[in-house]
Amino acid sequence: MITKEAPEVVPAPVREPAAPARRPSRHKRAWDEAPRWQIYLPLGIYLVFTLVPFYWILLFALRPAGSTSLVPWPMTFDHFEKVWNERDFAVYFQNSVLTGVATLLLTTGVALAGGYALARFDFKIKRGFMLALLCTQFVPGALLLVPLFQIFAELKMINSLGSVIIAETVFQLPLSIILISGFIRNVPYSLEEAAWVDGCNRLTAFRIVVLPLLRPGLIAVGSFAFVHAWNHFLFALMFLSDQSKQTIPVGLNTLMSADSVDLGALAAGGIIAAVPVVIVFAFIQKWLITGFSAGAVKG
Amino acid sequence: MAQAAAVAKRPAPPRRRRASATPRRLPYLLIAPAALLMLGFIAYPVVSVFYYSLQNYNPTKPWRNGFAGFDNFVHAFTDDPQFWDTLTFSAQWVFVEVGLQLLFGLALALIVNQTFVGRSLGRALVFSPWAVSGVLTSAIWVLLYNSQTGITRYLADMGIGEYGTSWLSDTSTVFSAAIVADLWRGVPFFAILILADLQSVSKDLYEAAEVDGASRIKQFWHITLPHLKDAIVLSTLLRAVWEFNNVDLLYTLTGGGPAGETTTLPLYIANTSVDAHNFGYASALTTVAFVILLFCSLVYLRLSKFGGGAK
Repeated sequence: MITKEAPEVVPAPVREPAAPARRPSRHKRAWDEAPRWQIYLPLGIYLVFTLVPFYWILLFALRPAGSTSLVPWPMTFDHFEKVWNERDFAVYFQNSVLTGVATLLLTTGVALAGGYALARFDFKIKRGFMLALLCTQFVPGALLLVPLFQIFAELKMINSLGSVIIAETVFQLPLSIILISGFIRNVPYSLEEAAWVDGCNRLTAFRIVVLPLLRPGLIAVGSFAFVHAWNHFLFALMFLSDQSKQTIPVGLNTLMSADSVDLGALAAGGIIAAVPVVIVFAFIQKWLITGFSAGAVKG
Repeated sequence: MAQAAAVAKRPAPPRRRRASATPRRLPYLLIAPAALLMLGFIAYPVVSVFYYSLQNYNPTKPWRNGFAGFDNFVHAFTDDPQFWDTLTFSAQWVFVEVGLQLLFGLALALIVNQTFVGRSLGRALVFSPWAVSGVLTSAIWVLLYNSQTGITRYLADMGIGEYGTSWLSDTSTVFSAAIVADLWRGVPFFAILILADLQSVSKDLYEAAEVDGASRIKQFWHITLPHLKDAIVLSTLLRAVWEFNNVDLLYTLTGGGPAGETTTLPLYIANTSVDAHNFGYASALTTVAFVILLFCSLVYLRLSKFGGGAK
């Protein structure tokens, strides 16, 4: 069903001219308007494709083990209890929060400094630095596992969350710097200059004038870093050998690769993994789209 | 800051003087943390990968370690069918995955860009898989594809597919199964990028086109598509590289199986280094992957006309 229904979305690339409600009196030919069904039908089909998997994981998490009912009733929270207590997800959760928040703070701080330099100054290695930033976009973290492992071993950071935090930050940095410098460029330089004239130094001027205007951008970049660190799997898997140091994605993988897969536990673990990310996105959705349109994608 | 204050006390400083008091060093100080982190944890590892690619390096067989010249590369290209298989599969995977993502992402963006009742809820819902990680996507689709209790069983009841087979362990279905799982998460990402760009198309253009009597399809071809061209090209390239590099999903969904059927080059490298401890050979394979990616990034830089106006 799922593979079959996807192509039906294709006939949709048609564009409705503008909001019809605002121009009631003009006579129009029939093909000027996108009929409502051309919006709701493909969207509905796509929604089914999107939501069925979500429903499925909820179903497995909430219905008793062994049940084949398509409704999670009678409802049970046993799977959550089991995953949280017996499968160490309480510990994984804590580690993931720590990793995510630390990555967020480190990435945003370092990227803010770098982004400001790129947006406001001309300096000798600027072009080279920007080129380096772009190139790192093409350096896959997965391919650097071995040397990274050696570096962290040298630094005695294997099996500490610090290694994962640094690795996530480093690979999150280039995009963050590019994004933030785009946001700063959108703040008129004259605002800062006005603040200098009023007696602020560069730092105060930045803090009072620019920083408040950057809030949506910082939220976008910070949430990106958090979600990335929260979701990413390979670094934690490779650099953390101690089970009490592991993060949620590794915990999920352990559940999946266990000899007899406990589907209820897997589903419950998956929901625990999703909750913080869903909350983050619910709050920042509005800013994300504006964040992207600020010209970041176009470089 | 003391310096800035000293400058400020000079008689009648010109308006921009304070701002330019420190800039010579300041930008370097500001990029230093980022630059150092990237040098230490990206640049140095990359260089060491090149170094190891010319070595026999295997911690479990130390007696063979040493300079190997181009042996690793020769072995990969002439003597390792698995290398070619994974390379072909990578290309296949990226091509199909990114192509479908672009197609559906564009359609989805065009739909949710229109005004309709329930738009923001609709957007939030169809974009939601974007937030889901590769591992979680695998977990979800493992549940869906489970032969006993997955959706495949209910579909088999309806006559789609066979009862009791797991789509992930069958060589004939595993590719499509993995593609669909990754599409579920990838299409929203594309749609968001395109939607962001769609919102910057001037409404006036469409109104003018409408006055001239252009149909919606014509408007799409002559206004929307040309406007989106750059965003589409760049996000497609970025996605292609990303899909090539991404190992989370396939590693956890199929583990590269069945029978190595879904092993991408990066996955093969991870297996060679982490499981087989053949670091030298893995480094050579990594170098090959780098060259491929380098080619992509050169195309990207050319297309994005990098370095135009910086300020």
